[in-house]
Amino acid sequence: MNARHLPLLATIGVFLVAYALATLQFPNMASTRVVANLLTDNAFVGVAAVGATFVILSGGIDLSVGAVIAFTGVFLAVTIRAGLDPIAAFVLVLAITTAFGAVMGAMIHQLETPPFIVTLAGMFFARGACFLLTTDSVPIDHPTFAAIASWSWKIPSGGRLTLVGVVMLVTFVIGAVVAHRTRFGTAVYALGGNRQSAELMGVPVGRTTVAIYALSGFLSGLAGIVFALYTSAGYSLSATGVELDTIAAVVIGGTLLTGGVGTVAGTFVGVLIQGLIQTYVIFDGTLSSWWTKIVIGALLFAFILMQRGLLAAAARRRENARAGARVAAA
Amino acid sequence: MTLARNLRGVGGALPQILTLAVVLAANWAVFPDFFDLRLQDGRLFGSLVDVLNRGAPVAILSIGMTLVIATRGVDLSVGAVMAIAGAVAATLAADGQPIFLVIGAALAAGLACGLWNGFLVAVLDIQPIIATLILMVTGRGIAQLVTEGQIVTFTDPALAAVAASSAFGLPMPVVIAVALALVAALLVRATALGLMIEAIGVNRLASAYAGVDARGVLMAAYATSGVAAAVAGLVVTADIRGADANNAGLWLELDAILAVVIGGTSLFGGRFSILLSLVGALVIQALNTGILLSGYPPEMNLIVKAVVITVILVLQSPAVRRLATFLKRSDAP
Repeated sequence: MNARHLPLLATIGVFLVAYALATLQFPNMASTRVVANLLTDNAFVGVAAVGATFVILSGGIDLSVGAVIAFTGVFLAVTIRAGLDPIAAFVLVLAITTAFGAVMGAMIHQLETPPFIVTLAGMFFARGACFLLTTDSVPIDHPTFAAIASWSWKIPSGGRLTLVGVVMLVTFVIGAVVAHRTRFGTAVYALGGNRQSAELMGVPVGRTTVAIYALSGFLSGLAGIVFALYTSAGYSLSATGVELDTIAAVVIGGTLLTGGVGTVAGTFVGVLIQGLIQTYVIFDGTLSSWWTKIVIGALLFAFILMQRGLLAAAARRRENARAGARVAAA
Repeated sequence: MTLARNLRGVGGALPQILTLAVVLAANWAVFPDFFDLRLQDGRLFGSLVDVLNRGAPVAILSIGMTLVIATRGVDLSVGAVMAIAGAVAATLAADGQPIFLVIGAALAAGLACGLWNGFLVAVLDIQPIIATLILMVTGRGIAQLVTEGQIVTFTDPALAAVAASSAFGLPMPVVIAVALALVAALLVRATALGLMIEAIGVNRLASAYAGVDARGVLMAAYATSGVAAAVAGLVVTADIRGADANNAGLWLELDAILAVVIGGTSLFGGRFSILLSLVGALVIQALNTGILLSGYPPEMNLIVKAVVITVILVLQSPAVRRLATFLKRSDAP
């Protein structure tokens, strides 16, 4: 077994054990209804987390995610109220958020500035843009929109797989293919592994950086559409802190924060673990909602520690192997 | 030589002072009474004093944040630490505990948070963004545990005095901010501490080889940030006479980072100024007040802040610096 896969296996292990324990306590947790709801309720975090995975794999960070989700919702609500067709509004808003991400990527590359501060400015800007559109919570009331929002497929024993849940699953599958089977994906890993070597090997660093943040912007926009379908409203203050949820999901999913190592599949399990904690807190009823945050924080810490330990062990092994080779040569 | 260095120091502060002057002048233009001050019961009142008073929490945060950013780190947890310290103080005050215990416990909570962050960054070697993210995520949960999910209010006049009283004619929060900043600035500039912080910011490994106790200095920087956040939390709690674990200090970490960046502290480490961060905090508050006074919706705030950060990023970027050096060289005969 490759030590690189250990974080992913650990993530899956944590999820399975946690789910089994939760089921022992509440047998109802094993129903397809709970599983389907887990997908629906976390769809927008999941879609955004795919983008965050690419960003973090490249060694960057995107703090604008939550603000872009809120902007997307407000933009949809305002334009649909003004009479725009929902489908046209979807296309328009995706174009805007993709361009927005691309601009941030270009700034990060051209100005040689930490992604952290550029996307922080982006976060302020996107939230500000929300407020400029409207400060009210605007309900989205349109027949086409309502039809899309209520599409769902019945699965055995009472569960309902909603369209937004399917969108998340499809996004994860496409994301995994792009990350592990395309030239762009390889470039992202190379950038996160070592930027300078990547450049020397001929990876188009600038173009890749712009594409990464454009992808994150696009997926944040898609997450915003999913969120709007889920809540049927747009509100400037919604989705605060979602960027932190996505980062936590990526880390719990086994992706290394320094970049270069990780999987999109791991992020999916990371999102499920967060959703499971939330569902458990709701099932229990006596636990307060803030326990969710504390448990997620503790998990985050545990996974970071595990990754550090693995890295240190790998470095020691390499060192030992080299020493062994020296002894053999002498 | 010292004089020349000091003069150069003033010259370096020019952009920040100019920015503040422009923002204040703009405020004065939309609100002619902006600079009016009146003395009442030995205390100054007026818009300017109001700007200082409201800017105090961010100014206090920016003291610790400056040191952390100077080591090439960042502390995302300060807003959550404010909530924790405020929750501790309000809960103890509501219990009728003596004031020294209330303030001591809040500061100790802040110190503990700072040492935790420092431990993660300095000893476990975790990236600062992520290390402090852990406390940012859990901190509000912890604060809610302390307050048991309630908004805790208190009537203790001694704790309320932290925000409501005055000294030297100025509101107490302003006095606290200035005093803390002066102590911190003296501490880093009168000793070699500032130099060590800058060395770590430029290259941690090299500074460690050169004999700097990188771990100790990093711990101290994050501890300072934690304590500063606790003080800011006390001021906010005293001001509203209650603790709201969900909203106390919400997003203030971003304002503090912005204040530090406006103050000219380099995000790449190696150059910092605590006093200029205070100017940065003032600029932010003056902008907020100006937008309010001008009758624009307060929602404009965020867009203005985004534009300000972007302009500063462009000016600070190595690419633009290289261009400037290139132009200067080609100008020379």
